Amino acid sequence: MQRQLANMKQSLFDQGYLDEQFIQLEELQDDANPNFVEEVVTLYYRDSARLIQSIEQALEKSPLDFSKLECLMHQFKGSSSSIGAKRVKSECTQFKEYCRVGNSDGCKRTFQQLKKEYATLKKKVEVYFQFARQIGPVEKACRSK
Amino acid sequence: MTVEKIRSDSESFDDFPAGLRVLAVDDDLICLKLLDTLLRKCQYHVTTTSQARMALKMLRDNKDRFDLVISDVHMPDMDGFKLLELVGLEMDLPVIMLSANGDPKLVMKGITHGACDYLVKPVRIEELRNIWQHVIRKKKTEPKNHNGSADQGNSDQLSGEGNTSQADQNGKCNHKRKDEEDFSEDNENENEDPATSKKPRVVWSIELHRQFVAAVNQLGIEKAVPKRILDLMNVEGLTRENVASHLQKYRLYLKRISSVASQQANMAAALGVKDSHFMRIGPFEGLGDFRTLFGQGRLGSAGLSHYRTGGMLDPLNTPNVSLHNLSSSTLIQPNHAQSISALTSTNQSPSLFQGIPPLLELDQLQKIKCGTGMSSFNAIDNSRLQSKFSDPGAAINILNSSAHMMQHGNYQRTISGGGFGNQSSQNMDSFNVGFNTSSNLLDSVTIQSARTEPVSLLSAEPFHSQLPMSTTRDNGLCDGPFLKKNPIDISSTTIPFPLKDSRGMQCREGLVGDVQIIDHTASQRWGEQGQTYGHSLTASFGTLNAHVAGNGVVSPLSQSLNQDSGIIKEKMGVFINGRLAGGANLMLQNGNEKVSTESRATTNDNFLLEQQKLPSAFAPRSYDPLDAMMNAMIKRDQDEAIRNCDFGFDDYSFGAGI
Repeated sequence: MQRQLANMKQSLFDQGYLDEQFIQLEELQDDANPNFVEEVVTLYYRDSARLIQSIEQALEKSPLDFSKLECLMHQFKGSSSSIGAKRVKSECTQFKEYCRVGNSDGCKRTFQQLKKEYATLKKKVEVYFQFARQIGPVEKACRSK
Repeated sequence: MTVEKIRSDSESFDDFPAGLRVLAVDDDLICLKLLDTLLRKCQYHVTTTSQARMALKMLRDNKDRFDLVISDVHMPDMDGFKLLELVGLEMDLPVIMLSANGDPKLVMKGITHGACDYLVKPVRIEELRNIWQHVIRKKKTEPKNHNGSADQGNSDQLSGEGNTSQADQNGKCNHKRKDEEDFSEDNENENEDPATSKKPRVVWSIELHRQFVAAVNQLGIEKAVPKRILDLMNVEGLTRENVASHLQKYRLYLKRISSVASQQANMAAALGVKDSHFMRIGPFEGLGDFRTLFGQGRLGSAGLSHYRTGGMLDPLNTPNVSLHNLSSSTLIQPNHAQSISALTSTNQSPSLFQGIPPLLELDQLQKIKCGTGMSSFNAIDNSRLQSKFSDPGAAINILNSSAHMMQHGNYQRTISGGGFGNQSSQNMDSFNVGFNTSSNLLDSVTIQSARTEPVSLLSAEPFHSQLPMSTTRDNGLCDGPFLKKNPIDISSTTIPFPLKDSRGMQCREGLVGDVQIIDHTASQRWGEQGQTYGHSLTASFGTLNAHVAGNGVVSPLSQSLNQDSGIIKEKMGVFINGRLAGGANLMLQNGNEKVSTESRATTNDNFLLEQQKLPSAFAPRSYDPLDAMMNAMIKRDQDEAIRNCDFGFDDYSFGAGI
């Protein structure tokens, strides 16, 4: 089971969904902070959902307010990088770049991509956590290693 | 907080940096949570907030509550850099910037705004483990910053060079330069100084300055060393460094006075009030003297007159002094106000003098100087004039005239001309030649009466006073010397002044329409004041003119005058504007090369610039050459108005009349 979990995690890393930051989060998790990673990730979902909605609204406007979009995306990027959401983060960077040059189409396209990545990540991490919870304390012990 | 304190706060003595109290600010909740956890992992005491305003509030409520602040750059309610600045200013705490954006430009911005560090998200714990170093570093550098004070350094420098200030005067025409050096020296000294408390800046009040001067005089200017002065003064809280730096300034002032004195005399005549401007030019000192010289009246301090004399005394010795001295004298004047008050109400003087704390000293100096200066002035003036004027050509003439004038004993005459003025009186002819035909006018006017008024230089009131000043100069000697000096300077300065003077003179003669008005004043003044003013003014003008005239100051002057008072104005204006202080300085003494040069340059420049403008304005004022100059100078410093007005003549007080 543990190995399964480990494999799962490993695949997430391999596929580039998560990066070292995630490991950092896990390392921060200890007895004092038993559910730290999950807490942070949950926080991330909430926050990013809000941001995504704002960005979508902004993208519907015409003409696009690039500076605002860039600002929103900057926030999104920040939190994504804090949890180690690698792919999402790169999409954010791309999006910001399109904003900078004023490429509306590029922004919209990238945003769609970003949403897809985000959705995928969320799903995978959810599975991961569920599995981890199932495994329970044993897993925790393993994780903290 | 000191390290000790930190230690006490933390769990154990060895725990530092554990227990470091950090305030984390970030609108991104995820990041904030992460930061919180990371910092706790480092065993710091963490307080978090997502609102920058809340952070500020917390900081303000208790300045001693936190050791370090970490803040995100992009925040909705307040820009991170702004918060950074505020924290640095109000609480002087180390601030670390945080951002997902690692763009070097942004990093640079953070540093320039005073951030101790700039971290890029996502933050790693390793980076946070070292943040305590910023706290220690800040604590260490704080005491040092407090200790550093220019004064201190200066004083050290001063004491070291006791007499160099004299030498420096010429060497460093810029008093500013000296100050700057002092500053750096100061800082160096300060840093070495283990003092931990911030030394309060010493304000040299009049009383204090008086004491200082008394002590210096008691010891003898040559023997006056900071330590002994300090002992004599017996003032609590005053350090040797304070005295040393003050002494240095004082010495510069003396130098200026002496050189300025002669010039002033000349200038005063010519310039009249502008003196203030003149004075202004010089690092303050120059003006001070000048002011005193010219605008004693103006300066508002009787002292001015004193100064003048004081300054003038030297003139002989230190050609450079001229303007510079003048300035200083003027500077002093404000305080003195007594003698000069009559002169020109150099309102400006006060302002001019502001820079010169040792006004009191100047005053004394002046007194001393005046007496001696005068006689010597004459002699010098002549020589100076010659030399000086040769420069611009006309200038020399002026100077010569002035010199002559001076010789005559009418300082006033020569001085009043300021170059012109004086010349007119005596050499007016020569002047006229160069400057203007009208110089004669001035000459006559000023010379004769010039001496009568001590104020001459200052001519507190726009020219009028100046002239009278020159006359007074006789009394004060200052005039005389000034004139002498001025003439010389003037030439060197190439201040269009000469023109002015001539203008003034011419004014009198009615050279120019505008000038005419000036004439009145000028003539009146000059006559009364003495040429000193004229001289000084003229001197300054002369110099100005020199520039302007370049070609023979004389003619240009006259021509200009005739042609359009504007020119004169210009010159004057330039003179005034520029620098009256500078110009004045210039005029005063070439000696004060530094000062004068500067002023000159400025004046000239201004002059040129002004030229275009002043034409009419000039007329009225300008003619109190010295007065005007003085006034102008003084005024100039004081208010920009003059510039607008007529070059600056306004300042001169010429303008006033004009």
